[in-house]
Amino acid sequence: MAAEIAQPYPSAEVASDTLVDVRNLKVHFPIRGGLLGRTVASVKAVDGVDLTIKRGETLGLVGESGCGKSTLGRAVLQLVKPTDGSVIFEGTDLTRTSYGTLRRMRADMQMIFQDPFSSLDPRFTVGRIISEPMVNFGRGTSQEREARVKELLQVVGLNPAWVHRYPHEFSGGQRQRIGIARALALNPKFIVADEPISALDVSIQAQVLNLLADLRDQFNLTYLFIAHNLSAVKHVSKRVAVMYLGHIVELGSGDDVYANPQHPYTIALLSASPIPDPELELTRKRIILTGDVPSPVNPPSGCPFHPRCWKAQAICREVAPPLEEKRPNQIAACHFPGA
Amino acid sequence: MTEKLLEVQNLRTHFFTRTGVVKAVEDVSFYLEEGETLGVVGESGSGKSVTSLSIMRLIDKPGKIVGGKILFKGEDIAEMDEDRLLQIRGGKIAMIFQDPMTSLNPVLTVGFQIAEAVKTHLKLDDKAAMNRAAEMLERVRIPEARRRLNHYPHEFSGGMRQRVMIAIALSCNPQLLIADEPTTALDVTIQAQVLELIKGLSKEFRTATLLITHDLGVVAGTCDRVVVMYAGRVVESAPTHTLFKKPAHPYTQALLQAIPRPDEPPGSRLHAISGQPPSLINLPAGCPFAPRCVKAQARCRQELPPLETKGAGQMAACFYPY
Repeated sequence: MAAEIAQPYPSAEVASDTLVDVRNLKVHFPIRGGLLGRTVASVKAVDGVDLTIKRGETLGLVGESGCGKSTLGRAVLQLVKPTDGSVIFEGTDLTRTSYGTLRRMRADMQMIFQDPFSSLDPRFTVGRIISEPMVNFGRGTSQEREARVKELLQVVGLNPAWVHRYPHEFSGGQRQRIGIARALALNPKFIVADEPISALDVSIQAQVLNLLADLRDQFNLTYLFIAHNLSAVKHVSKRVAVMYLGHIVELGSGDDVYANPQHPYTIALLSASPIPDPELELTRKRIILTGDVPSPVNPPSGCPFHPRCWKAQAICREVAPPLEEKRPNQIAACHFPGA
Repeated sequence: MTEKLLEVQNLRTHFFTRTGVVKAVEDVSFYLEEGETLGVVGESGSGKSVTSLSIMRLIDKPGKIVGGKILFKGEDIAEMDEDRLLQIRGGKIAMIFQDPMTSLNPVLTVGFQIAEAVKTHLKLDDKAAMNRAAEMLERVRIPEARRRLNHYPHEFSGGMRQRVMIAIALSCNPQLLIADEPTTALDVTIQAQVLELIKGLSKEFRTATLLITHDLGVVAGTCDRVVVMYAGRVVESAPTHTLFKKPAHPYTQALLQAIPRPDEPPGSRLHAISGQPPSLINLPAGCPFAPRCVKAQARCRQELPPLETKGAGQMAACFYPY
């Protein structure tokens, strides 16, 4: 592959409206075994991903468990070290910059986690949780920080008088709001939201989705929104990327991807998500995939989806299809795209 | 009137905790006909799981069934002695749980676990039980069933484990299958497989199914009728088509509007339900949904609306339905 060689990326090359540019990103986790603890194999969690995220946009990233979507999100923020490839944030390659620069830049990049129970320290008050990033980066005096915490609580729809409470005093939805307030504390430009609503009840999911959309407009935020629920992703993002076994298999505007899915995996995923409408459920054609997602340690040859694909031909087992434009502004990695 | 397969009447299950009495299930009534699939929908804490555990008499201290009847073919499970209960539980009524990893025994082969149920309830010998186990694994479409009998649960994927659970549950030809969030821990493509399997097998075995879920999408594709629960009570029950087309209770209406749908234009705003479900220790007087309800009037905060017939087969507990 041509993109394997490390290249310098001058900032002028990156279009000014691009905030994050991910190029050929790979994250492989070694599996050690034997007496000497040698690397015997590796889990190819992310295996050559290219993505750009524009300023002010929300890019939705969908896939099933084990497809590498969370690892991709973490690798973009350098929370796991990529094995190869680069992540260019506002012209700086995060994988090749110094520790000091990366630390300074972390203030601009935040994360919202899936589990609102394990991502908040139970021994800290809400005030301390939300002000911690400001303390880390030496922002403001303690009075200023306190005022900021109260302002943030208000922004995410919680009562500012609750600063002295502990996480266990809040419900799941409220805790997720606290996590969002913490992510906003440093006025970031970019937020990776890793399944922010999966742990919440239906009636609370809608509240949090609406809040995230409001905050994006209010603070001009850019999101990478990771989810396994296609419907939720569609509500917050204009562009959607579908991931399978460490690869992006389809990327396009939400409208196109949902109305005219090109990759068979996208078609199957859409068909499998239940629609709350009994009449539609009765009439619509369902594609039910057989088998499970293969192991990322030993991915199938050729197209990673071919063992489960009903369209697979001989070529799919041999040649990995490139990610190409199949319809205007819609790319997919498939030899036989479309319905 | 024909006898119902299962009839739950005014069921009340409470938990006596140090901080107070949690009224997890309060005055819940519904029925299930033979061969029918009934969905029980609600959010966490609505009492749907406690209801299903009560039907199996699996409520442990500090919880207790404090009132009501659970009539299974006319026999009251709430009053049954342990011996009779053991015959019914796992035999006539079987259950599938949400998390297949914790509900299977990790140190026993799946063959042993299926055979155990069959030996207890169908009184088969070891060899016949193993044959039955292999047959059941084939029925739930596990490839190479014979060989897989000797495997342990950790050697199966999440979807496969849930299939093993289904195989155990259906191995004794139960008349009622209780599936408590059977697909919540699974991925969408696997969820679709497992739901198809439950649907197909319950038809084939003529088993009635009580499907407990928080996902209205799942209900739409699988159930004949739906019961909606909120704060320990039934707020609405209706045939699936009616419930989606003409929901009577404002909670059902709000829930339907709050779900993002894959067939809606992107970027559209969701109708969120404000506030959160009430604490079951300190339930508000009147209708439990009143504090979050857009239609609530003074009366709703004082009086508890009874569950009444509002349309054909449709019941709702609301003073101002539709």
